[in-house]
Amino acid sequence: MSDRLPPRASAQRRRLLRTALWTVLLVVALLPPLYLEGFWLQTGLFAMAAIIGAVGLTLLVGVAGQLSLGHAFFVAIGAYGYAYLAGEPSTGDGPAGLGLPPVVAAVGAVLAAGVAGALFSPISGRLRGIYLGLASLGLVFLGVHIMNNATPITGGYNGRDVQPLSLFGFSFSDTDPEGLLVLGVPFGMLERLWYVGLLLAVLSCWYARNLVKGRPGRALATIRDSEVAAAVMGVGVVRYKAAAFTVSSMYAGLGGVLMALAFGRIVPDAFGLALSIDFLVMIVLGGAGSVGGAVAGAVFVTTLPLILDRYSNVLPLAEAGTGGFGAPEVSRLLYGAAVVAVLLFTRDGLAGLLRTLSRPPAAPAATNEPRITEVKEAV
Amino acid sequence: MSRFIVHLINGLSLGCIYALIAIGFVIVFKATRVLNFAYGSVLLLGAYVVGRTHESLGFGLAVLAGIAAATVAAMLIEFLIIRRARGADLGILAILTLGVDILMLTELTRRIGVDVLTTGAPWGTTVVDLAGAKVPLSRLIAAGVAIVLVAAFTAVFKYSDAGVAMRAAAADRETASLMGIRLGRVTLAAWAFAGALAAVAAVFLGSFPSPGIDASLGLVALAAIPAWVLGGFDSIPGAVVGGLIIGVVSALTTGYQDELAFLGRGLGEVAPYVVMLLVLLIRPSGLFGTREIHRV
Repeated sequence: MSDRLPPRASAQRRRLLRTALWTVLLVVALLPPLYLEGFWLQTGLFAMAAIIGAVGLTLLVGVAGQLSLGHAFFVAIGAYGYAYLAGEPSTGDGPAGLGLPPVVAAVGAVLAAGVAGALFSPISGRLRGIYLGLASLGLVFLGVHIMNNATPITGGYNGRDVQPLSLFGFSFSDTDPEGLLVLGVPFGMLERLWYVGLLLAVLSCWYARNLVKGRPGRALATIRDSEVAAAVMGVGVVRYKAAAFTVSSMYAGLGGVLMALAFGRIVPDAFGLALSIDFLVMIVLGGAGSVGGAVAGAVFVTTLPLILDRYSNVLPLAEAGTGGFGAPEVSRLLYGAAVVAVLLFTRDGLAGLLRTLSRPPAAPAATNEPRITEVKEAV
Repeated sequence: MSRFIVHLINGLSLGCIYALIAIGFVIVFKATRVLNFAYGSVLLLGAYVVGRTHESLGFGLAVLAGIAAATVAAMLIEFLIIRRARGADLGILAILTLGVDILMLTELTRRIGVDVLTTGAPWGTTVVDLAGAKVPLSRLIAAGVAIVLVAAFTAVFKYSDAGVAMRAAAADRETASLMGIRLGRVTLAAWAFAGALAAVAAVFLGSFPSPGIDASLGLVALAAIPAWVLGGFDSIPGAVVGGLIIGVVSALTTGYQDELAFLGRGLGEVAPYVVMLLVLLIRPSGLFGTREIHRV
């Protein structure tokens, strides 16, 4: 609330500004396939897949206050689910598939991730905060074990190929139609997929924002601040917590489908504990609970190692494996330090920092409000 | 049958090592309500120092150096980072330790590289005959050391002034502080003790029958998390029982993996987590954990 303008005008202006900003961003996001080379498109696709997963996790961790270390498990279900449902029926050695139309397979994979999330609800509905985090840690290890051993479906340790996406005969791959030119630019798999990823990422963010601002978001935030108070207000705590976990799993599943499409081939190692931790780092850097923050965090975490690696010969970095500081080490050190610094100095991440900066100093920051603390008593 | 006994003894001795690590988790959690994900790196640091110094210092001094390094590292984490974030949400604190873990693990991994260090333990690869079962000596010593440490710790916790101060601080920080207990010292001591335990566990985890100290040793501390969760988050006897259960489960599933081949290879690594999930399904606060009750 600015002191120069009446509150309504100020809010209106801010809304207009925000709409303009998002429009510009969106238009800019449409351009890369026309100008950038494959590396950047691939990097962008990974970032989009990460955005979808991170937005899902921020709903669970930031809004509902439930910690999950099992996000990679649901990403894996999405990725492998798509690969299995869309894959060609087995012709001998290779992993089997059901040969469904790719779009049906993608929807099926997301639903499968949702079902897996719902199946976990006896645990996710009853446990709170870090306890859920520890329990979900088990899922990641279980998931990697299954991926390595269910060879007929997952292809085992060596992974399996992923069928490219296609819609009404238009294939999102390098062929069919072959040699597609848009404004004189050859449109291969990456260029075509870019728009799919962009659409999915935008829809995911939009849906999440509505969820956070609407009734479910408020209910979940109340649960985060006090389960007792939420229950008193008539919020079904167990049901809502389980639902938050399920929705976040479906987001993870969708992220997994896109990740599988961008990789073209998926292996179990990509879906281990490290991926779960990456997702947590993304939302923490951006500011847990903020959709925009999750987007920024996802872009930072996914692109940093890829970009450092690409420019490792220009930067004063050692070669990987020589014991010096190579690109992977530097990117990990940078993001470890970023996590510690963000949490120590601005607990609400980048989103919180922006909020504090854009707000007049007189208004109290939302985080300074006391949270209702719970009284715990030993039996 | 004798095969079963071998696996059982192996499991119990492995469980003793897990119990030490799980106790480290419990102490830190009781003192600061922190889920310490950096614990794996503290453990790896202890092992790394032992592995790098035992040739010049000899095994005994190297172990002391390792314990000192891990203790100091744990204290620094508490003093420099956790203390600054006091009052933060449990999840935030947990992720903060994840950040510390990423930093430490990256640096240690870079230093270790592809080397496999040894602990230089004097008992080497000796195997002893125990009631017809062949058991590595290092595991027996581990079990003995773990039992002595747990007993000593329980006694200190129960009878000494420092122990009483710790328990008081864990039960009610504010009241304890009003009674003249210096909370800063108590939490620092708790972290220091956990660090020392990690280094001791690291020595045994890096000795025969395991191949040696490599960068993946920190992951083993994660394997103690099921033990910690099983026992309940804030119970020391629970950590011991949980450690033993997880040790036996993982030794039995590894030992009988040919019979259990239909469940896939590498079963020993997942079995602890599966057991943890099953126990949480039935008892959400573990076997011995304090149940939370809400009062309005």
